[in-house]
Amino acid sequence: MSTPHDSANSVFRLGLFRDFPTLMHYRDFGGYQALANALSGSPEAVIGEIGAAGLRGRGGAAFPTAAKLQMVRDNPPGVRYVICNADEGEPGTFKDRFIMTHIPFQLLEGMAIAAYAVGAAQGFIYIRHEYPEAQETMRRAIAAARAAGLLGADILGSGFSFDIEIFSGAGSYLCGEETALLSSIEGKKGRPRLKPPYPTQCGLWGKPTLINNVETLANIPPIVDRGSAWYRALGTADSHGTKLISLSGDVVRRGLYEVPFGTTFREIIYDYGGGLKQGRLKAVNIGGASGVVVPPWELDCPLEYDACGQRGITIGSGAVFVMDDSRSVLENVRNRIDFFLHESCGKCTPCREGLRQAGRIIHKTLAGEAVLADIDNLERYTRTMQNAAFCGLGQAAGNSLISSLKYFRDDYEAMCRDQNQAAPKEATA
Amino acid sequence: MSTSLQAVREIVTASSSGQAALLQVLLAVQDSSPENYVSEEAVNEIAHLLGVSRSRVYSTASFYSVISLKPRGRHIVRVCINAPCENAGKQAVLIALEQELGVSLGGTTADGRFTLEGVSCLGACYMSPAIKIDNRLYGDLTPEAAVAIIRSYGEEDTIEHTA
Ligand code: SF4
Ligand code: FES
Repeated sequence: MSTPHDSANSVFRLGLFRDFPTLMHYRDFGGYQALANALSGSPEAVIGEIGAAGLRGRGGAAFPTAAKLQMVRDNPPGVRYVICNADEGEPGTFKDRFIMTHIPFQLLEGMAIAAYAVGAAQGFIYIRHEYPEAQETMRRAIAAARAAGLLGADILGSGFSFDIEIFSGAGSYLCGEETALLSSIEGKKGRPRLKPPYPTQCGLWGKPTLINNVETLANIPPIVDRGSAWYRALGTADSHGTKLISLSGDVVRRGLYEVPFGTTFREIIYDYGGGLKQGRLKAVNIGGASGVVVPPWELDCPLEYDACGQRGITIGSGAVFVMDDSRSVLENVRNRIDFFLHESCGKCTPCREGLRQAGRIIHKTLAGEAVLADIDNLERYTRTMQNAAFCGLGQAAGNSLISSLKYFRDDYEAMCRDQNQAAPKEATA
Repeated sequence: MSTSLQAVREIVTASSSGQAALLQVLLAVQDSSPENYVSEEAVNEIAHLLGVSRSRVYSTASFYSVISLKPRGRHIVRVCINAPCENAGKQAVLIALEQELGVSLGGTTADGRFTLEGVSCLGACYMSPAIKIDNRLYGDLTPEAAVAIIRSYGEEDTIEHTA
């Protein structure tokens, strides 16, 4: 990971990127000062600071983190849980794996502070099965933190106790959906549940549960340590702090970048990524498989929740995937639809059948066997899926499709049989 | 040879809490099996020890793509099939692997050493195309490099065998 700005402006502890991250190194860089700070004050003060910083969830939904903490805290006294969602399954995204393998203690510290804020004694990290190295590093980090009195009973002599267990996923993308993740920890199929009730009230084993993404939790220690004013100054008036961007595809320097909010996508691709390896820019996929496909002229949009929202761009997990002009947008969308069809749990019809039909039409189009009417149908099916699917997977599965139809409809139509036949007829008329 | 029932018992006893442990127990039992799967006897034993029905165990086991109810190879070769890897040349790597191993996606080699599987994003898109063999990640692959890696496993296995 690299940033053009210095580490004073970095949320992630850059000095720590070495082979095996040790607790000693993390503490040398100011690690665990935030936890000590937090424990010497009240839980309300912690929530207040995170609220003032304006931190929003980094898993994709961008929900205000302090509000979520408060909702869990507000429950009647009793057992609560903190869950770290490390089921990073969004194709094109590798930020959470990076945090776990390089700065695991920043995540553990963030979880401990969050647990103190909501009054939880037990936490889980749900790590996908595809990340065995992250599971291993986190296990070692947990053991080291426990041995140093930074996890477990009576943390830093404060009387506050909190411990963390690792839970491995088993190859289901859907388990990244928070209610499916809960079912999975409970030993069931990872299928989503109806909301409300929300996990903040009725979560793991029916108890109030805080579920946050890895990156969100790792943002907490620097906020508590350096204050909300410092944090807000990093971003823009609308979006605060920094965002981890997983940059992949046809760029010179693929990799993970921490960028302040307000950076444009063009800057991400050209300044951070060094521009295209060859050819010209054709399209960029933003936000992973459930994100959108946009043409080059949308790239001056700043990375900002409002600005992106207005243009229909989903920041999502922060994946930016670049395609040069030798690539086919249709092939790309087909890959994403195949992915969702494979991952759909089949519980509801719009998602199950919608994806099947969408997949069928795209394959047909790529084979040169579709007609223009098929493309209209494709659009209709996708809208239905977006509006009527039961959970976020089905609702988001059509995003790449709809955006590609909006910007690259010509590419679809050029592949249609009747379109190709129409041209010579016109020529003779 | 599948996991011994004794091993299943030990895994269940070591696991934390009853039903909640089901998925973790299934994964651990599978990992302890030289053939990388959960056998019928193991399912029966897990159901018995955790006090849940066999159908519950099967229903959980079959939902998750990582759990196999059929024997697999000693090494699992996982090829990432998502868009960033596909764009970076995954198809050529996959074809080379299929030829080298003599199996297609989902297949196990006749000598029981390798099973070839497709997998979703390995979080290594910055070095796509990427594959994972057991717990090891390999990136920036060419078809030739992928074949060389497989052959290096062949040697490791032989060394293990004669040691
Ligand atoms: S939208 Fe898809 S994944 Fe979600 S519940 Fe329906 S079928 Fe399952
Ligand atoms: S898409 Fe293959 S590793 Fe991410």
